[in-house]
Amino acid sequence: MKVSLNKKILSKNEECALKNRTFFTENNTLCLNVISSPGSGKTTIISRTIRDLKDRVKIGVIEGDIKTDTDAQKIRETGAAAVQIETRGACHLTAQQVTSKLGAISAGELDVVFIENVGNLVCPSDFDLGEQGRVVVLSVPEGDDKPAKYPGTFAKADVLLINKIDLLDYVEFDMDKVINDAGKLNPDLKIFRVSAKTGTGMNDWYDWLVGRINS
Amino acid sequence: MHETMVAHSILSTVSAHAAKMGAKPISAKISCGQLNPINDEVLNFAFEAAAKGTVCEGMKLEVVHIPLKATCKKCGSSFDFDIYSPTCTDCGSEEFEIGPDAPLLLEEIEFEDNRQDEGFTEQENSQQE
Repeated sequence: MKVSLNKKILSKNEECALKNRTFFTENNTLCLNVISSPGSGKTTIISRTIRDLKDRVKIGVIEGDIKTDTDAQKIRETGAAAVQIETRGACHLTAQQVTSKLGAISAGELDVVFIENVGNLVCPSDFDLGEQGRVVVLSVPEGDDKPAKYPGTFAKADVLLINKIDLLDYVEFDMDKVINDAGKLNPDLKIFRVSAKTGTGMNDWYDWLVGRINS
Repeated sequence: MHETMVAHSILSTVSAHAAKMGAKPISAKISCGQLNPINDEVLNFAFEAAAKGTVCEGMKLEVVHIPLKATCKKCGSSFDFDIYSPTCTDCGSEEFEIGPDAPLLLEEIEFEDNRQDEGFTEQENSQQE
């Protein structure tokens, strides 16, 4: 006997994500889910963004890592509110985990909440956290084949930050290939070439961010 | 795709239906898209481990991979998009629009038929979405 269901398998996460999104919209808070490989520079980008926009934008961060709270500590050094989720082995964050931390950073009083996901280009892209936008970070030393190898993550993003461009002279990285491959998967993707270390290109990213807050 | 979490989610839905119907599930059909596909082998392995000792023990999961459709902006033809050769299969153009990717669905569960009247088939459409 066959029973037809057509039920979304991750529906519990989606219900929770919807509640988070409603919360952010009602509080006029822009929530961005930041996804990348480990070591691409997510924390450095977020820290620099907080410092450079300190006088204009109130930012808080929910950090996701398998272990340690070192990233949350680094963010707190900027003066911004940060809370750590230790996933204890899980390779991505879930919407429920985000819900449980909204109070800890007083998310409703902020202009922007960055959710720094667990470093992983595969699993996080399948889990809606209730964000209003997705930012993928790809750093130059990782190589130019990432959009082709991890299409789901790049296809679902709003922004691609190509980080560590100060290393372009030292590693093989075909910038046109990345932009072309990512653009094919996602024609609406906004791409910024940045170095969070030197600050190059960061102003274009800030303009996008501030524009998005005001829209 | 995180197969372990998917396996647990399927297990809890199938177990709930099995309890409601008082029947043992034999197999289930899952469908997924192309951008974040399910690895059939890993999912079945994770499910086997999760289902041990439950009503779902021994169940098999069939995964149907739904193609991602693209439409060529030059010649207008519709084709199955392949990320590793992202060109129109008709004219070779690189200008196209990708359609929406199929969601991850639990489409169907097959239960052991306990009834005496052989050949009886029942389709129950769940309202749960």
